Amino acid sequence: MSKKAKEMTPETPWKEITPGGAIYEAGNAEGYRTGDWRSMRPVWIEEKCTQCMLCPPTCPDTAIPVKESKRLDFDYDHCKGCGVCVKACPFDAIGFIKEQDKEEQEV
Amino acid sequence: MSIRERLSGNEAVAVAMRQINPDVVAAFPITPSTEIPQYFSQFVSNGQVQTEFVAVESEHSAMSACVGAQAAGSRTMTATSANGLALMWEVLYIAAAMKLPITMSCVNRALSGPLNIHNDHSDSMGARDSGWVQLYSETNQEAYDNLIQAIRIGEHKDVMLPVMVCQDGFITSHAVENIELLEDDKVKAFIGEYKPEHYLLNPEEQIAIGPLDLPAHCFEHKREQAQSMINAKKVIMEVAKEYEKLSGRKYDYFEEYKLKDAELAIVIINSTAGTAKTVVDSLREKGVKAGLLKIRVFRPFPEEEIAEALKHIKVLAIMDKAESFSAVGGPLGAEIKSALYGRAEGIKVVNFIYGLGGRDVKANDIDKVYSELLEILKTGKVKETYRYLGIRE
Repeated sequence: MSKKAKEMTPETPWKEITPGGAIYEAGNAEGYRTGDWRSMRPVWIEEKCTQCMLCPPTCPDTAIPVKESKRLDFDYDHCKGCGVCVKACPFDAIGFIKEQDKEEQEV
Repeated sequence: MSIRERLSGNEAVAVAMRQINPDVVAAFPITPSTEIPQYFSQFVSNGQVQTEFVAVESEHSAMSACVGAQAAGSRTMTATSANGLALMWEVLYIAAAMKLPITMSCVNRALSGPLNIHNDHSDSMGARDSGWVQLYSETNQEAYDNLIQAIRIGEHKDVMLPVMVCQDGFITSHAVENIELLEDDKVKAFIGEYKPEHYLLNPEEQIAIGPLDLPAHCFEHKREQAQSMINAKKVIMEVAKEYEKLSGRKYDYFEEYKLKDAELAIVIINSTAGTAKTVVDSLREKGVKAGLLKIRVFRPFPEEEIAEALKHIKVLAIMDKAESFSAVGGPLGAEIKSALYGRAEGIKVVNFIYGLGGRDVKANDIDKVYSELLEILKTGKVKETYRYLGIRE
């Protein structure tokens, strides 16, 4: 019974669950959306960003993707909203707002 | 032909471990189980086993090393007592929840405090809810036989749980008695090879074990774990039957001694059962219908079978060599009374706490228990149900 992590859903019955919670595959942490924990949200202000690259290495969750030597927008599936990147930015190019305010904006 | 020997309980366990030849043993010495890793490390040094012996710096590390080794795919054993078992506590639960069939020899000793090195059952009784299968042993022979069977029980695919084999510290662990050993090759054939379905050192399968388990799944994992203990009940009897064919020695969930036609009975665990049997014999000679039930399997708890065996008893004493400080009795008392509820009601029951901290319990002490049961039978009055046997008033 070698089940993949994605087969273990909140609907999986106990008789089908992997004993002891073992996971029979590697690299599965990405599948867990720690972004759900966020109460504060960093907001990338692209026009102020100089692409100095000071922020990506400070992120404890690798939630600032870098492609071809340029940072992209936040990976909100994994950003926990710690705010370390906000402090690291010398150009005020990262705003920091309440997650609640963002949700209200969307509504 | 079996081998006749004279061994202490600790020697018997060490010999069983030599015959089992586990892949890993991680242990830290503590009285009265110290001799087990001591004898076993001699077997390692002499090249009599191929075991990796891990001399750890604490029992917490011992059990942690066992978890790592067993998860890696190796057959792993350890031994401890009292505060050593207490120091293993959090890892005991983890071993069971991770479905790792580690085998432990627990030499029962009073758990501090007050600081005491002598025998009672407060250590393993405290671990009764940790998810380990628990087998108890009256003699060195039973400690030996139970340990060999423990390997098969724990490693069974329907069980995959750690197993604790208990014997009384000093009384059994240090007393030298006659014993019949199996030949090395017969033990080897009986236990077979450990072939787990999933293990860390398997190059064919990537695996993460012991991950964070949030509310969406943890409840289902505990139910799955509970099923393993339910399954263990059947497996314990299958293994016992097979072991009987090999050794000629019969094992069950419990032993009934002159219980079938008894009116008065006691339920007891480990070495004091031996003392109590001589008392039953002498009472029988006097025409008193006395009997006893000695628990071998405490986890899983054979509730229905115990109730069936006791249902005809008129007055029953449940003997606890451990306190649970519930203010109403000991752990065995609670479990037996729960077993009788709805199955065998109307039995007059008293719960005795006895022998804590190694207080000697002799034949005349057990005789007093039966005298009190006889008194209840005659008068019909139970009075105090929570009693301390032989306490200085």
